[in-house]
Amino acid sequence: MGLSRRPDAASVQVTGGGEPWVTTRLDFVVNWARANSLWPMPFGTACCAIEFMATAASRYDLARFGMERQSFSPRQADVLICAGRVPFKLAPVLRRIWQQMPQPKWCISMGACASSGGMFDNYAVVQGIDTIIPVDVYVPGCPPRPEGLMYGILMLQQKVKNERAADKSLRNEMEPDPRSQLYIPPSVIDELSEPFGNSVHQTRSGL
Amino acid sequence: MSTSFTPVVVGSAAPDTPAPATPRGVAHRGGSANPSVAALQQRFGNAVQQVDVVWGETNIVVGHDQLLEIVRWLHDDPGQRYDYLSDVTAVEYRDPERPLEVVWHLRSLPFRRFLRLKVRLARGAAVLEVPSVWSVYKGADWLERECFDMFGIRFAGHPDLRRILMWEQYKEGFPLRKDFPLRGRFSRSEQLRQALAANPEARYSKEELSIADAFEDLPDDMRRRLTAGEKTGE
Repeated sequence: MGLSRRPDAASVQVTGGGEPWVTTRLDFVVNWARANSLWPMPFGTACCAIEFMATAASRYDLARFGMERQSFSPRQADVLICAGRVPFKLAPVLRRIWQQMPQPKWCISMGACASSGGMFDNYAVVQGIDTIIPVDVYVPGCPPRPEGLMYGILMLQQKVKNERAADKSLRNEMEPDPRSQLYIPPSVIDELSEPFGNSVHQTRSGL
Repeated sequence: MSTSFTPVVVGSAAPDTPAPATPRGVAHRGGSANPSVAALQQRFGNAVQQVDVVWGETNIVVGHDQLLEIVRWLHDDPGQRYDYLSDVTAVEYRDPERPLEVVWHLRSLPFRRFLRLKVRLARGAAVLEVPSVWSVYKGADWLERECFDMFGIRFAGHPDLRRILMWEQYKEGFPLRKDFPLRGRFSRSEQLRQALAANPEARYSKEELSIADAFEDLPDDMRRRLTAGEKTGE
């Protein structure tokens, strides 16, 4: 077996998106650089932030993934890691921090509360930060162990490595509706926030 | 305002009382009441409506009108010296007939005493109002604001009675009241819309951001340092 002759230019078929070789290689280099130097912006509000600190500390060592530089300023950050529950009072703050981050940017929703409101199905807590900002990776757990967060980070790196620089839509800012400040329709938010599991049978207090 | 500070030595006024230890074998009901109760009854008579000793702690129910006077006396009297207000809160019971109770936790560090004062608020009143103890304890400021925020109880005489936990434009009511649904009154999208409409920087008043107004109240050395140009928080 083996090649009996060199493939000439005519026989090489460009498949898929039809991008030339240079672009795909450029993608590879750019994505490799981006994926291995993601600067996290920790938005820690609760116990998940403690696990996040454990992940960043020496035993689990986020620096191995190029994340040793914790960016406490959104303007110099690539990944927003929302660790913990977000009350409604904090929703405009989280939205503004996300808007302050320059493209390209990603978001990890760490833990049950950030992803879905968790057990806090009450008047004060946002039922999932994906109703406020777009989320790339959800890490389940209450709180997730450092291994879980690292797995989420590796998944995000995979996502970054598969992006294509030519696809400009990836870098579009999601503009909220100027009147309601929501970027997804209210009916979708209500549906996302609908209680499930045992929570459905929970009695409403009082009258 | 005085700038001198004398440290309070715990138990200094009552050297004979035993040092605190984990209490054992305390009865649920009954036991010796806090000695301040007898003094209160002697001085204010019928204003003390009810005295209970529960798990060794003394709860007294006092009249709405005498509350501020009683608290001030407990704070000022050299035989009481309740110098620490550790909590102001309220209780609403499931029984709809039972009145709301506003609760003050007072602690006397020099005498090692703890006293729980309660005022009952009748159901059906248009405005739930009790006197503010801010004029006695400055620390009551935020405690009363929280109680107002969660229960809707107004504190007459409070200098700045605003919501403290929920945002000021919060329209859904008072979350810890029994008639408040756990998930709030509005739909999730409406709650989110109202929350996002808030400007996160607009909620802070100038007084909270600036210490300029409080400058005269600062201790001498801090005033000197600030006048000399020292920046705090650096």
